[in-house]
Amino acid sequence: MQHENVPQRARETVDAIYRSHSRHIFATLIRLLGDFDVAEEALHDAFRAALEQWPRDGVPAKPQAWLVSTGRFKAIDGIRRRARFEPLPDDLAERLAADSGDELDGEGVEDDRLRLIFTCCHPALSPDAQVALTLREVCGLTTEEIARAFLTAAPTLAQRIVRAKAKIRDARIPYQVPSPAELPDRVDSVLRVIYLVYNEGYSASSGGALMRSDLSGEAIRVGRLLIELLPEAEALGLLALMLLQESRRAARSAPNGDLILLDDQDRSLWNMDYITEGSALVERALSSRRFGPYALQAAIAAVHANAPYAAATDWAEITSLYDILLRTDSSPVIELNRAVAVAMRDGPLPGLALIDAILTRGDLADYHLAHSARADLCRRLGRTKEARASYERAYSLARQEPERRFLERRLCELRD
Amino acid sequence: MKYMLLIYGDETALNESEREACYVESTQLAQEIKSKGQYLAANPLYPTASATSVRMREGKRLVTDGPFAETREQLGGYFLIDARDLDEAIGVATRIPMARKGTVEIRPVIEIAGLPAG
Repeated sequence: MQHENVPQRARETVDAIYRSHSRHIFATLIRLLGDFDVAEEALHDAFRAALEQWPRDGVPAKPQAWLVSTGRFKAIDGIRRRARFEPLPDDLAERLAADSGDELDGEGVEDDRLRLIFTCCHPALSPDAQVALTLREVCGLTTEEIARAFLTAAPTLAQRIVRAKAKIRDARIPYQVPSPAELPDRVDSVLRVIYLVYNEGYSASSGGALMRSDLSGEAIRVGRLLIELLPEAEALGLLALMLLQESRRAARSAPNGDLILLDDQDRSLWNMDYITEGSALVERALSSRRFGPYALQAAIAAVHANAPYAAATDWAEITSLYDILLRTDSSPVIELNRAVAVAMRDGPLPGLALIDAILTRGDLADYHLAHSARADLCRRLGRTKEARASYERAYSLARQEPERRFLERRLCELRD
Repeated sequence: MKYMLLIYGDETALNESEREACYVESTQLAQEIKSKGQYLAANPLYPTASATSVRMREGKRLVTDGPFAETREQLGGYFLIDARDLDEAIGVATRIPMARKGTVEIRPVIEIAGLPAG
């Protein structure tokens, strides 16, 4: 009985390793073979070989190392066969000649995943291509899945990935963790890609809710991987920020898709595990003293997350965090958020003065949230006419359906 | 791997003494990358006012005054380098003085068989 189960169990092992480690093996194969497409083919050949051989011969002692060396061998075999018709490029020949048998044993394999992230997020690739490549190569999503999530036609997305891979090959974008001198810039680029993917999944702008939250899940997964390999303050901060935002997912929209503002959310729906993990990461990031905008935004999100009810929010703490944030990143949107925090701390009037100053400068004249924030403060001050005018302006600028419905409701309330 | 570093900038941006300083700094950079085995060639170019464009159409030669395209930033010089990968090429490009005022475009060079050795 047990004997008959051996082949079945071997097939299950292949399946399990594919699900948990195919991207690790892929990353190592790229380093060994120096080409995304060759590595992809080698990966599939290796798993095909495992499905044939493991049920018959048993699962090898080091299954991942077996898969890497089998994939490499199959690729070299294939390249040699093709080389009879056309000569090998020098660098590939060199790479194949290099003995790499001792590199297959798991040591340094995590570094391969980090290399892969840095290659996919290389600033020499267009931002769109960085996002698509990261989801395709690091997360292992199919081209169709990515296309659906970004509401792009699959052929367009496939072409974007093909072009990016061609640039990696032709311009020789290296497969390496950048030198310490370049690291800060390059980490920024990686963090930007991860946050872009996250926000694409978080914003309810369009598309079905389900596939959108998958994107957020992928971004958090890569965020976790990144801090495991590279625990930089801003990487910790970004993961914390994503977890803290994610903790509110179930509470931030009504079943009909309507937006629920932070103040009105049912806090018992917030995910406490994410809040605990996110808050601890914020602490870690802030104590490193090399923190930046992500850690600070996460710290603000943590203050919100740790308030048991809306009125208990520590707005003084939030305002001072915005003060620091403005010093590292002086954007008008952050200024606007700070103005809202000041209004919560000191009352609507001082907040309104700050928002009007920003709008007078013309910086956020076309930003719907600036007008709806202004409208809200006017409403609280009883300046109904002004409030209505600002809500109308916000409504004319808002693009997303749930936001437009929210503004409509506010306008209705003011007419009564 | 060979990379062509094309240096673009507003050709009226530098005055005479700035141009001299730029040449000195570029020469130092060329010497330094030469010692690392990265240097192949480098030169500044005369302004586009000295440019001549040539086209052959149906066997006839068309010679005109001026550059191929009128742009806000003009090609003003180049470095041809040998680098391990794009990151190394970017490292050299960031040190070209005109990168601070204009733009350095990095283009990988296609190696074709049969060209005479430089």
